[in-house]
Amino acid sequence: MDVPAKGGFSFDMCCRNGMMEKKGFKAPGFLKTGTTIVGLVFADGVVLGADTRATEGPIVADKNCEKIHYMAPYIYCYGAGTAADTEAVTAGRESRVVTALALLKSHLFRYQGHVSAALVLGGVDCTGPHLHTVYPHGSTDTLPFATMGSGSLAAMSVFESKYKEGLTREEGIQLVSEAICAGISDDLGSGSNVDVCVMTKGKTEYLRNHLLPNPRTYVSSKGYSFVLGQTEVLATKITPLKQAEVTIGDAMEE
Amino acid sequence: MEEQKWDQSMGGFNAASRSQMAEAAAGGEESQRTLYPYVTGTSVIALKYKDGVIMACDTGASYGSTLRYKSVERIKAVGKHSLIGGSGEFSDFQEILRYLDELTLSDHMWDDGNSLGPKEIHSYLTRVMYNRRNKFDPLWNALILGGVKMGPKGAEKYLGMVNMIGTHFEENHIATGFGNHLAIPILRAEWREDMTFEEAVKLVEKCLLVLLYRDRSSINKFQVAKITTEGATIYPPYSLKTFWGFSHFENPAQGAVGSW
Repeated sequence: MDVPAKGGFSFDMCCRNGMMEKKGFKAPGFLKTGTTIVGLVFADGVVLGADTRATEGPIVADKNCEKIHYMAPYIYCYGAGTAADTEAVTAGRESRVVTALALLKSHLFRYQGHVSAALVLGGVDCTGPHLHTVYPHGSTDTLPFATMGSGSLAAMSVFESKYKEGLTREEGIQLVSEAICAGISDDLGSGSNVDVCVMTKGKTEYLRNHLLPNPRTYVSSKGYSFVLGQTEVLATKITPLKQAEVTIGDAMEE
Repeated sequence: MEEQKWDQSMGGFNAASRSQMAEAAAGGEESQRTLYPYVTGTSVIALKYKDGVIMACDTGASYGSTLRYKSVERIKAVGKHSLIGGSGEFSDFQEILRYLDELTLSDHMWDDGNSLGPKEIHSYLTRVMYNRRNKFDPLWNALILGGVKMGPKGAEKYLGMVNMIGTHFEENHIATGFGNHLAIPILRAEWREDMTFEEAVKLVEKCLLVLLYRDRSSINKFQVAKITTEGATIYPPYSLKTFWGFSHFENPAQGAVGSW
């Protein structure tokens, strides 16, 4: 039976998944990357911020990953891997943040929350600065300041106590950095460095590793050297790689 | 007819209690322990300052998702030197207060010129909480114990917490419940040694306001308490001013008609 793939969630695999789970095969769980991502609207635009730790369970997989995703010239999206979908917004005209928002939310809604992307979307377009949050089920909020991720409560406590309208660029960057630092120090899923992205009319500044509050405290001044002879050699065996000749047609027919 | 019905219902009730007693007699007691909390208090926050310890919380107690009680005192004085603040199941908190009453009473009856300090009371509470947990019958609370007592080196401030599984520690600033996530980041960044009372209250109010905005079970009615060498003072409840005037809140769908 041919069902035309027209959109909406495809339930084809659900029956099979259910049957397999009953037989004892547990579906692989997805790995949540703990994180702190924030955004705020200041006088002339939007500032976004994020930490740089990517976790695989209890292990830090990437100490300095990039959580910011470029979506369009003046629209950046912080979150978990969704850049590709929304790139094709421009077609000779300037993109709008609400368009990116609509594309994101319809995509996520289609997957009924199974695409676990929680994003902070910010940008400046011809209608002004905008800041939105997008949740995995497809709901969105329009806010003056927003935080998401496992460190969102720590970051939100900073915003709720210190945010005011009409901040200057420096104040905005300072407040975003403070919020991310709160996430880095008070949340286990966030850590390492602070990335900041400032968007104003016609100009985007990506301040990669704006703050490095967790430097490596000890580095040997002498450097590390591995001299031949430092490790005792017990035996040596060298196997040269031979070039193998393969004649096509010599089938394994026997 | 009605008498029959009455007998039936009474009979049913009697049957239930009879079976309970039978079970108890047989040794297989019907479970009487706290399985989940019913009436709960939300966060309590506390910090050490120059003259002692300051503790604050809201005066609400929720019954599931209903804000059932709005004038509940969740901070009480204990003995001469301590304050106890509790979040979690309120009936268990009241039971703990009863235990502390017995403890302080027998301490007073010794009449030996010595009185239990905050460290001793914290230790007692830790033992109680941990032992109850080991019997799979916890007191469903997170307690903060703060106080000041004169010692050989002068006034010694003490602030510690213990929770339902018996985890306990001492710190300069402590919070329970949501306060752990929303208030501790602020306290870690802004607490200093030797704050004045006014500074400490300001810091506490900063945290309480964030909790009011972001914790659904908190209410805008707070109580602040302090303990110094002069004794405990629990101030009358008051409210904080909230700010909702962001331009983005006024017309959120301005940029995108149909969204919010």
